[in-house]
Amino acid sequence: MNHYPLWKNAIVVVVILLGTLFALPNFYGEDPALIVSKENGEVFSNAELKDVENFLASKEASVTSIRNKKGDLLIRFPDVENQIAASSNIRSYLGRFSTVALTFAPRMPEWIQQLDLNPMSLGLDLRGGVYFKFEVDLDAAIQQRLDQYITDINKSLIDQRIRRAIRKEGNTLRVELSNPEDFNQARRSIREIDNLLDVTNASTAAQTVILVNMTDDMLKQRRDFAIQQNILTMRNRVNELGVAEPIVQRQGLDRIVVQLPGVQDPTQAERILGATATLEFRLVCENENAFEAEEKGRAPIGCDLFEDRTGNPVLLKKKAIVTGNQLIDASQSFSQGRPAVSIRLDGKGSKSMLETTKRNLNKPMAVLFVQQRQETIEENGNFINRSVLDKEVINIATIRGVFSSQFEITGLTTFEAKDLAILLRAGALAAPIFKVEEKTIGPSLGQDNIDKGFAAIVTGLILIVIFMTLYYKGFGLIANLGLVVNMTLLVALLSLLQASLTLPGIAGIVLTVGMAVDANVLIFERIREELRNGNSPQASITAGYQKAFATITDANITTLIAALVLFTFGTGPIKGFAVTLSLGILTSLFTAIIASRAVVNWVYGRRTIKKLRI
Amino acid sequence: MLNFKKTINFLSVRRITTTLSITLMIFSLVSIITKGLNPGIDFTGGFQIEISYQQPPEIEDIRNNLSSAGFNDAIVQNSGSATDIMIRIAPREGLDSRTVGKLIIENLSQSSNSAELMSSEYVSAQVGEELTEQGGLAMIFALIMIMIYIVFRFQWKFSIGAVMALIHDVLITVGVFSFFQITFDLAVLAAILAVVGYSLNDTIVIFDRIRENFRSMRRAETLDILNTSITQTISRTMITSSTTLMVLLALYIMGGQSLEGFSLALIIGVLIGTYSSIFIASTSIFYLDISTSDLLPSKREEVDDGMP
Repeated sequence: MNHYPLWKNAIVVVVILLGTLFALPNFYGEDPALIVSKENGEVFSNAELKDVENFLASKEASVTSIRNKKGDLLIRFPDVENQIAASSNIRSYLGRFSTVALTFAPRMPEWIQQLDLNPMSLGLDLRGGVYFKFEVDLDAAIQQRLDQYITDINKSLIDQRIRRAIRKEGNTLRVELSNPEDFNQARRSIREIDNLLDVTNASTAAQTVILVNMTDDMLKQRRDFAIQQNILTMRNRVNELGVAEPIVQRQGLDRIVVQLPGVQDPTQAERILGATATLEFRLVCENENAFEAEEKGRAPIGCDLFEDRTGNPVLLKKKAIVTGNQLIDASQSFSQGRPAVSIRLDGKGSKSMLETTKRNLNKPMAVLFVQQRQETIEENGNFINRSVLDKEVINIATIRGVFSSQFEITGLTTFEAKDLAILLRAGALAAPIFKVEEKTIGPSLGQDNIDKGFAAIVTGLILIVIFMTLYYKGFGLIANLGLVVNMTLLVALLSLLQASLTLPGIAGIVLTVGMAVDANVLIFERIREELRNGNSPQASITAGYQKAFATITDANITTLIAALVLFTFGTGPIKGFAVTLSLGILTSLFTAIIASRAVVNWVYGRRTIKKLRI
Repeated sequence: MLNFKKTINFLSVRRITTTLSITLMIFSLVSIITKGLNPGIDFTGGFQIEISYQQPPEIEDIRNNLSSAGFNDAIVQNSGSATDIMIRIAPREGLDSRTVGKLIIENLSQSSNSAELMSSEYVSAQVGEELTEQGGLAMIFALIMIMIYIVFRFQWKFSIGAVMALIHDVLITVGVFSFFQITFDLAVLAAILAVVGYSLNDTIVIFDRIRENFRSMRRAETLDILNTSITQTISRTMITSSTTLMVLLALYIMGGQSLEGFSLALIIGVLIGTYSSIFIASTSIFYLDISTSDLLPSKREEVDDGMP
């Protein structure tokens, strides 16, 4: 009686062994570290490694170790202060062709690393870093597309000499034709531009009108594209920033979450992530008086009014020679001691630049710095986000020679030149974004949270071990063994799933510790009851486990429902709580019902017991 | 030892406990309606900055500093220890976290007492609003799912009894947060959902026994069956509550400021949940006139059972 078949015992042993193995990486701790890699994917040679090592020694940085890991340099430090100081030193030493990323490197022995096992991944609140949540302005993405259609339709109708007026009414384009006979031809041209467009005839006796709409599918596609493109661009930008293990992911319909572990300055990160800065090149309206236009508040026909950096008005031609999306590469440089950006243009841009400079030698050309800015305004008590386009003249220079695809511009500060170079390299955002949430957690607070959470877990564990031993004696020890196995399995699962552990997640573990013994309590109380009813010890053990089983499942499934709801509705750290709570319930079911039974059977099974101490 | 050989007449005090519970619930409701909650920035939107000083600063000085910088509505309070300060500012037009961070550092760093920025947080009002909506929705959704499960596993009277106990627990826990104006943030909401899970766990264990006893003690009075069931499970109820409370106290004392509200909500919830699963849940099904016939296997099953 009370004997497990071999296979059941084997399962228990195998699960515990595997759990211990997967949990193992967590016991070695982590070093603050830097990963230095070359941007073009080349590997570091041993000579270069020695060089960096000597450089760090010259800066009197204390380094734990430096080694070559698959071509990248992995440098470990004794503390975060040394790590951060070294990161900026190395960045300026190696220049822009390498990226330096802050990270934590586990101190595991070689054989565990060979097995590719990892410790639990820590959430931002435990390791420090920056968290952003952005909202993508999808309406703007639609409007941009509609503007593109207006340009295309206009161009096509001009080519066919069809006189028309195009207006945008909400999401609808209203094309009014002066000559009713052009109707069929105009409709055909619009369909040729994009045959998915919804084209309807809204003509009246007095007026010939074509309404052009994007279909629901097109709208959805455009929105999805805007989000995907933005995520891609933001990933590129994050990579330019040099962050280890960054997370950029879509959340819900129109949100993007960005997590940058180790980053301590949200300002630069946000400036780069959300920026839409680009350049535009235009000719100057030479024969007009800019000050007069400013006073009138109106620019002459064919010109736009701008300001330069000192606040003086400047009139520029409406038509741009080259716009932002024709810039394909950029890098920060210096021109005669001043910060500059080297620009490369695509084919279309080069051609336009070549023609313009050829025709306008010795005439002035202006460089516009274009930036989209987020602004929050209050309207009827609600806060509304909107984007504002800032265009500022940063430089007017006389065209001294003919140039096309490659040139340099000046007029920016060092900071702006550096950021602009990053932005132009990483690509543009497809739709403007607004920041709706931001969190910065300092590294000392992260460590503090880990220490406190760990202390709470250990204290709770010790209290329960003492209590259970005093109350249930031998069986209490079995429950305690189960509790330790439970913790090991939970840590193993979290490491295996690589779900990030947050502070509320630790709270979930603590709660699990408290509630995990419940299943054992239910079983033990049942056994006592059976004994009181005069049953034999062996029969009581069997009946205790059997009768408590249904109760335990019912009780835990309802808690699991609450945890799953939490997981579905929760965001960020709360998800972490739900994850640890649910996993904790599952592991405690295994340890209390199966594993503890195996031990009970092994200790008490297959022999006659006169008295059961419980 | 909590070995009760004799059945305790728990339900004899049902008038007192019911009155007490209804009073507490009304009290909580009144507090929630009149005083409201003290929502964290998760729900209102706004800025929250945590600063750690070398020496304990004068909170009044910080307040004055902030109001001269234009933040009259800033909430300044100690967080955890005397050297740690938490500042909360409502969202407003034309202000982003960068400006706030800069202002705070400029204003609050004193030459004699240097300040370190521990964390800063910004939530837009819009996100806060959504979260409030989602939080309420999550709560309702959880209750419905649980009700369905209990109807499926037990019977509708049990389902109502369990949900009565849950509403009781949630309302009073939230009431305590409202009455003492303790910050109600996302973590507290999570804790309350965990309370739902816990309290239910407790209730189900007792209901399970009630169901079992209705089947085995067919001649007994309903009241006797309920009392017997509670008595049989009381030691388990007390032990599990104690172990859970032990770890929660450890978490409250050692877990640091950011988990204080969370552990407090759970401590209150576990205490009330234990009380309600003993007194409220069973009283509810008693008033709903639970009887043996509610729990007997249906006729058809009986016929099936009788087949050779």
